Amino acid sequence: MSHSRRSAWSTYAALAIGLLALPFLLQAGIGRSWVRIIDMALLYSMLALGLNIVVGYAGLLDLGYIAFYAVGAYVYALLDSPQFGLHWPLWAVLPIGAACAGLSGVLLGAPTLRLRGDYLAIVTLGFGEIIRIFLNNLNEPVNITNGPQGICLIDSVHLGTFSFSHNHTTMLPGLTGPVQYYYLFLALTLLVMFIALRLQDSRVGRAWAAIREDELAAAASGIHLRNFKLLAFAMGATFGGLAGGLFAGFQGFVSPESFNLMESVMILCMIVLGGMGNVYGVVLGAITLTVLPEALRMLGDWQLNHLGHVIVDPNDLRMLIFGLALVAMMLIRPAGLIRSRRHQREYAGDRP
Amino acid sequence: MDILLQQLINGLVLGSVYALIALGYTMVYGILELINFAHGEITMIGAMLALAVITHLAGSGLPVPIVLLAGLLTAMAGCSVLGYAIERVAYRPLRHAPRLAPLITAIGVSIVLQNLAMLIWGREYISFPPLLPQGWFDVHGARVTDVQLIILVTAGILMLVLDNLVRRTSLGRAMRATAQSPQLAGLMGIDANHIISLTFILGSALAAIGGFLVSAYYGLAHYYMGFLLGLKAFSAAVLGGIGNLRGAMLGGLLLGVIESLGAGYIGSLTHGVFGSNYQDVFAFLVLIAVLIIRPAGLLGQNTADRA
Repeated sequence: MSHSRRSAWSTYAALAIGLLALPFLLQAGIGRSWVRIIDMALLYSMLALGLNIVVGYAGLLDLGYIAFYAVGAYVYALLDSPQFGLHWPLWAVLPIGAACAGLSGVLLGAPTLRLRGDYLAIVTLGFGEIIRIFLNNLNEPVNITNGPQGICLIDSVHLGTFSFSHNHTTMLPGLTGPVQYYYLFLALTLLVMFIALRLQDSRVGRAWAAIREDELAAAASGIHLRNFKLLAFAMGATFGGLAGGLFAGFQGFVSPESFNLMESVMILCMIVLGGMGNVYGVVLGAITLTVLPEALRMLGDWQLNHLGHVIVDPNDLRMLIFGLALVAMMLIRPAGLIRSRRHQREYAGDRP
Repeated sequence: MDILLQQLINGLVLGSVYALIALGYTMVYGILELINFAHGEITMIGAMLALAVITHLAGSGLPVPIVLLAGLLTAMAGCSVLGYAIERVAYRPLRHAPRLAPLITAIGVSIVLQNLAMLIWGREYISFPPLLPQGWFDVHGARVTDVQLIILVTAGILMLVLDNLVRRTSLGRAMRATAQSPQLAGLMGIDANHIISLTFILGSALAAIGGFLVSAYYGLAHYYMGFLLGLKAFSAAVLGGIGNLRGAMLGGLLLGVIESLGAGYIGSLTHGVFGSNYQDVFAFLVLIAVLIIRPAGLLGQNTADRA
């Protein structure tokens, strides 16, 4: 075995141990709430990876991606809450949610296939808003979604009698609900990352890259545009639905307000910031944009402690900074923090 | 009271405002093939600026028309500068980048504008000072308020002026030439950058008027109002055929009427299953339907690359 391979293995081992120990370190170090924040970061990573298939791989700008997240979350919420008195097991609910989301991805994709670029962006945006308006209003005449109040008392993510929300500190000290969710989400995020990486260089992934770079040339090379675009929509939506279901179980509560346009834009920001098309970049972007606002919140506390009062509320500045970052990123480093090599060529080569 | 006629009038009034905003989308798209995503937010800033000035001057004892005009002119000037700046900073450097890039900066710009407005004017609804005439008159059983009449007349005059500007003046000819081919227009001695800047300024000024009118109509302004308004105006532009000025006017009026009739009748048509709270869905449904059935829009030419 060569030296370099051995050092690679030791790096992986260190990384694995670090990831496994992370929630305990966070709990001991800066506080329990941070484990929940990391949980959310992992959920967003899954979402961003799903959207990355549509935007980063296939080049179809989807601004209503949060709708699929909403579909997954609401399917879980309806099948696992007192709303209809249903309490289905996880192995049924998550796949159903993901499948429903995937199906809605196809339903959205089919009529919009002929559109490209900015038209598609607006239509998907409209689709996302339609879903939200329906979720908001489907409480009459038959109460399905409970309207703006949302659905609460959703069952936690559970396997048999093992609930991820209950503390199991007797089994292992410090094994609280958020820590268990952390391991579940970590495992699923790694799985999604693995799928995304394998997809990238597969026949499908190369077809998507071809479509993204030149539809006409792709079609001329025998790539079936309709099928591959639909596949991208369906796969992206399925990951979104999966993350949505997990979100519903994790949070115990869903309401239409969690699924507004800004969330879609936020996930897009994660991809753009991290590096469109690059799996590691996307995960980095997702984690950065989930953790950063929380860190900014600490800045507010700091002002309170050291200056006596809050001069600028970081919550107000959060979106402003995101907006500026989006513009700056596109102008300065359009391919993202960790650039995908293929995308970089695309961005560099297109200038006359 | 005649409900059908009433809904038609309400729809036309709202539609004429959509048309004004849609013109901005369509002019920019005609020249740059770019959806100026921030256009809705420019409308919002216009409404906010106008309201700020009007509220400030409301107690000064100046005559009402002058106060309103001052608000409107401030909004137009502010939005023109804003539109010019946005084009220079966020769009011009990316003119030859892949299409996704300027769209993403446009989203970024609209987030920035929205949050700036929130920081400056707060999260609350801002109400229009009670300066506007409160009268109304009766047209065959339907009620037309003075404000509605003002909106219709203002929007109508502006559309006529713009139509003539683009069709008859040398500036309009330069704009049309640039829209057809910036390179060739350049060879004819037209400074394309200059024309593009002017287009943004013109579109933003129209958006400011649209924002002012819509806040006068509802009596309210809010930092989030630009999003939905922009989306509806964009739908109107697509409905009429994006890039086509008269199309945008027609699309705006049609969309207003569709929305108003839809919201008025959906309840009785579906036996109460859907109510008027679905009003905002119509714009999206129209948009999606148009893009599927006739992507070039009502008055647009069917170019293969357009959609």
